[in-house]
Amino acid sequence: MNPPVVAPRPTVTAAPRAPEQQGPLKIDVEKLSFYYSEKIALEDISIKIRPNVVTAFIGPSGCGKSTFIRTLNRMNDIIPGARVEGRVCIDSADIYGQGVDVVALRRKVGMVFQKSNPFPKTIFENVAYGLRINRMVSSRSELAGRVEESLKQAAIWDEVKDRLQESALAMSGGQQQRLCIARALAVRPDILLMDEPASALDPIATQRIEELIYSLKKSYTIVIVTHNMQQAARVSDHTAFFWLGRLVEYGRTEKIFTAPSEKLTEDYLTGRFG
Amino acid sequence: MTASPRKILSSLFVAACALSVALALVPLVLIMFFVISQGIQSLNLDFFIHDPRPVGEVGGGMRNAIVGTLMLTGLAAAIAVPIGVVSGIYLSEYRGTRFASTVRFAADTLNGVPSIVIGVFAYGVAVLPFRHFSMLAGGLALGIMMIPIIARTTEELLLLVPHALREGALALGATRAKAVITVLVPAALPGIITGVVLALARVAGETAPLLFTSFGNPFFSTSLTQPVSSITVQVFNYAISPYEDWHRQAWAGALVLVTIVLICSVLARLATARVARIGGQ
Repeated sequence: MNPPVVAPRPTVTAAPRAPEQQGPLKIDVEKLSFYYSEKIALEDISIKIRPNVVTAFIGPSGCGKSTFIRTLNRMNDIIPGARVEGRVCIDSADIYGQGVDVVALRRKVGMVFQKSNPFPKTIFENVAYGLRINRMVSSRSELAGRVEESLKQAAIWDEVKDRLQESALAMSGGQQQRLCIARALAVRPDILLMDEPASALDPIATQRIEELIYSLKKSYTIVIVTHNMQQAARVSDHTAFFWLGRLVEYGRTEKIFTAPSEKLTEDYLTGRFG
Repeated sequence: MTASPRKILSSLFVAACALSVALALVPLVLIMFFVISQGIQSLNLDFFIHDPRPVGEVGGGMRNAIVGTLMLTGLAAAIAVPIGVVSGIYLSEYRGTRFASTVRFAADTLNGVPSIVIGVFAYGVAVLPFRHFSMLAGGLALGIMMIPIIARTTEELLLLVPHALREGALALGATRAKAVITVLVPAALPGIITGVVLALARVAGETAPLLFTSFGNPFFSTSLTQPVSSITVQVFNYAISPYEDWHRQAWAGALVLVTIVLICSVLARLATARVARIGGQ
């Protein structure tokens, strides 16, 4: 990664405050640092996220936003040499604590990836996958019902209902991504992590995904990483700005976009760098 | 228009490539031509439904050898496919470890061991202790030859499966083993099947490892513990015999063997095409 050479390391004066809101915390990260072997990728991140809120992570390439979102369902565990310090609590339980069932965690914290990654199986089997491996349904009809429900939630049912037995790889890119969202929703997670879900899609497909995110907010807590600042402004309630592995500013999206308190945030949002 | 030296050079290179391909195909075409033209003459129904006649009697067939070869290769596959595929999975999952490197090196070495040596090994472990030749020993020898081919093919093909599929499975709550079994292996399956068929085709044509393991049997036998005839050994014995009729039968045997291998390949292609339609490969 090539950090921009324009500005010195950010000196964040006050720890970014959690956006004021009622209710218990869904995600509570305290002093999280993350290392790829010797290289530090995230430094001292603290962030509190409440339920049923869409939070956008923005920042230039290599700022750590993807790394951070992947610490929330421990996807980074599979990278050799990766190391985590600090605490990540989901529903008040430390997910890096002793005896945590990573499989159960990932069921609860679903993830959609930057590049859509449908399995080389039928459309039906893609959505049924999580239900099958986790033995979450007891009958065929229940399985079919859950698949239909998930596809409807992901706003793709009408397009695929007559071709459930066709290969998922025959779908368009936008449809594949919504299929991946349906697949993630099928196991009924609490939290949905989306790592640049629309970066490879055209504007129309992107719009559909954004509408989808808006409608899913009622039932899920959503964290979305995006390169696209307009997208962050459109879909999110709260925005967190990352730079060089640090969380620079975190607050209500309107505030971040209209009156950021950090100079760095303002520079980034106005296109001064990044 | 005068051709530039670069274009002439380019054309020469293309011509050289085409010529090499043609030369490489010459032996194949000749082999196929002779096997078919010679073999077809002695091929008749009798060849498939009769066992060899005693020396001097004209006629008879290779039913015992055809069944023997099918059973031997089937036995070899039964031994080698599970071990080979699972080893391949291990090699790709733990590719960075010292043990995996050692296993990979051992597999490549085993792949290069002359088949006669593998025959001697099978003789030592599966013939000598029982004091007689058997189909089991032959199947073991062929199976040992197949294991490294299947293991390495499986490994290579699993490594080609995009990392994103593994992540997708893990993110849905799959354990590592579940992700491998339910997503990675199915994604690589068409290629793995092709690899298995290639390995089968390779060992179906082996003679040396069978000479002192399954040995040969003039009679029809499907017993695992008895010597059994195989097309290759039968062709070998007939080809070096002084009898005209046996020579003809040897040609016919060669044709049948080539055809069996061909049919296997076609069936495998059809099977993988079905899987690949869903898999989009």
